[in-house]
Amino acid sequence: MTVYLPIAELSVNILIILGMGAAVGFLSGMFGVGGGFLITPLLIFYNIPPVVAVATGANQVVASSISGAITHFRRGTIDIKLGTVLLCGGLAGATLGIWLFALLRRIGQLDLVISLAYVLLLGTVGTLMLWESIIALRRASKNETVTLRRPGQHNWIHGLPLKMRFKKSKIYLSVIPVATLGFAIGILTSVMGVGGGFIMVPAMIYLLRIPTNVVVGTSLFQIVFVSAYTVIIQATANYTVDIVLAFVLMIAGVIGAQYGVRVGQRLRGEQLRALLALLVLAVGIRLAIELIIPPKEVYSVVSAGLGF
Amino acid sequence: MRIVSQILLLGLLLGSPVAAQAEPLDFTEKLDIGISTDEISITSDFRGADLTIFGAIDGFDAKVLAQARYNIVVALEGPKENTTVRKKERVFGIWINTNSMTFEMVPESYSLSSTRDIDSIAPPSDMNNMGIGVNHMPLTPIGFIGDGSNLTEFRDAFRRLKETTGVYERDPGGVQFISSSLFKASVRLPADVPNGVHIVRAYLFRDGVFVAAKALPLRVVKTGLEQAITRAAHESPLFYGLTAVLLAVITGWLASIVFRRD
Repeated sequence: MTVYLPIAELSVNILIILGMGAAVGFLSGMFGVGGGFLITPLLIFYNIPPVVAVATGANQVVASSISGAITHFRRGTIDIKLGTVLLCGGLAGATLGIWLFALLRRIGQLDLVISLAYVLLLGTVGTLMLWESIIALRRASKNETVTLRRPGQHNWIHGLPLKMRFKKSKIYLSVIPVATLGFAIGILTSVMGVGGGFIMVPAMIYLLRIPTNVVVGTSLFQIVFVSAYTVIIQATANYTVDIVLAFVLMIAGVIGAQYGVRVGQRLRGEQLRALLALLVLAVGIRLAIELIIPPKEVYSVVSAGLGF
Repeated sequence: MRIVSQILLLGLLLGSPVAAQAEPLDFTEKLDIGISTDEISITSDFRGADLTIFGAIDGFDAKVLAQARYNIVVALEGPKENTTVRKKERVFGIWINTNSMTFEMVPESYSLSSTRDIDSIAPPSDMNNMGIGVNHMPLTPIGFIGDGSNLTEFRDAFRRLKETTGVYERDPGGVQFISSSLFKASVRLPADVPNGVHIVRAYLFRDGVFVAAKALPLRVVKTGLEQAITRAAHESPLFYGLTAVLLAVITGWLASIVFRRD
C-alpha cells in the first residue's frame, strides 16, 4: 500500500512509515526521549530527502513532546520562568539554524552537514551513555550502592553575572548559561530535526545543577515551543515540511509510545540506558558508513524550481 | 490572468529555436499537428502515460512521400528551469559535493519521438542548431566555470541522469504514418511529469533538410489531495506551517487524553 508524499515528492510504503513511527514511538516511550534523533536518520535511510526528513522530524517531535509537557504542567513540574529563558535562547538558535540550513542547501552541502552532525552527536552521546551505564551495571552486579554525584557543589558557571532567581527550581543562576544552552539546542532542532532532550536534560542536571524534578518538564516545555517554531519557519522559508509524512509518523508514534512506557517500567534504569546507548551508536555508525563507502552515483541533479 | 498567460505562451512559441531559423528555400510543405486537449489533469496516482499527437503534411510532394524521404520529429518539452549538477568526491575519507555546474533554463522533462533515429535524419550540426534531441539541446552553463574543461563531463552526467530517471526519453520509431500524409506520434509523460506549460514541437525534414515546424502548448495540471497540499505549502506556507503544528498538538493532546491513566 503506497502513499505519495507531496513535499518529499516520492511514493512510499505506508506500512513501513507506520512501522517506523511505531518503533520510534515505542522506544521514545520506553526511554523517555522525544525520538527526533531516531526518526530523522531512519527517514534518511528510507531515501526521504534529508531536508524533508529534518523539517518533518521537528513536526513529529511536537506531537511526541506535547503530551509529556501537558502532564508535567498538570503536576506543576515545569519551571515556567526557567523554561522561558531557555526558550528565548532556543528561538534565537532556531532562527540562526534555519538561516544556516538555507545557506547550506544553496551551496549543496546540507545533506553532508546533517549526516556529519548526526554521526558526531550520536557517536559522542552514545559512547558516553554506554560508558556510564556499563559502570552502573558493574556496580549493580557487585551489589554496591550507587552513589549519585551530589548536585549542589558549585562550578564556574555559577560565577557568571546576570543572575536571576528561579523560585520553582529553588536556584539562583545566571541567565547566560541557560540561554546559551537553549540557543545551542535551538540550532540542533532546526538543522537536525531533534528535540534535543537527550542533551538538554543531562546538561541541566550536571552543568546547571537544576533539581531533577523540574528538569524533564522544563525541557519538554522548551522543546514543544522551539520545535513548533522550527516547523513554522521551515514551512515558510524552505517549504520542506511534509504534512502527510508527519501525520502518519505521529499517529503511529503516539500509539507506540504508550506500549513503550509499559515495557520501560519493567526494565531497570541502567539496563535501559545501556540499550539506548547501543541503539544510538548503531544509528550513528550506520550514518558514518554511508559517508565513507563510495556512492553508486557521484553526480546529482537539482532543479531550482522546487517542483513549481 | 488568462490573457497574460496566453501572451507569455505566444512569446515562448515565437522565441522557439525554430522560429529563429531563417526559412530555408521555398518549400511548399506545411506541418499541422493537433492534440485532443490543451490541458491535461493528472491525478495523484498517475504512473506515467503516452500522449498521442496527430499531424499532417500539407502540400507534400507525392514522390518524396512515396519514397519515405520525409521524416518527422516530435518533442514534448517540459517547463524550463535553471538546473544544477553536483559531483561528489572523496575528501579526507568522506564523500562530499565538491564541484557543481548550473545550466540555464533546461526543460525539466523531455520526450522525443521520431520516424527514425534523429541522428540519421539530419546532420548533428543542424540538430544542435535547432536544439532537437537530448544530445543536442543547448546546455549553457551559468556563472564561473573555470577553463571549461569539465563542461563535457557535467553535460554528459546531466543527460545520463535525466535519461536513467526516465524524465528524458526518446523513441526512434514513435512517429508512424497512418495514411499517405497523416501521422501519429506518441510521446511519453513520465510518472513525475512537472506541473506547468509543456510545449509539443513537431519538425518536418525532407531529405535531411529542415522544412517546417509547428508548436502547440500543453498545460499539465496536477489534481488531487496531494497536489492541493503541495499548492498550500508553496502558496500559503505560514498557514500550512501552522496547520502542521496544530495537527501535531491535537494528535499529542488526544493521545494524552485517550491513554490517560492518572
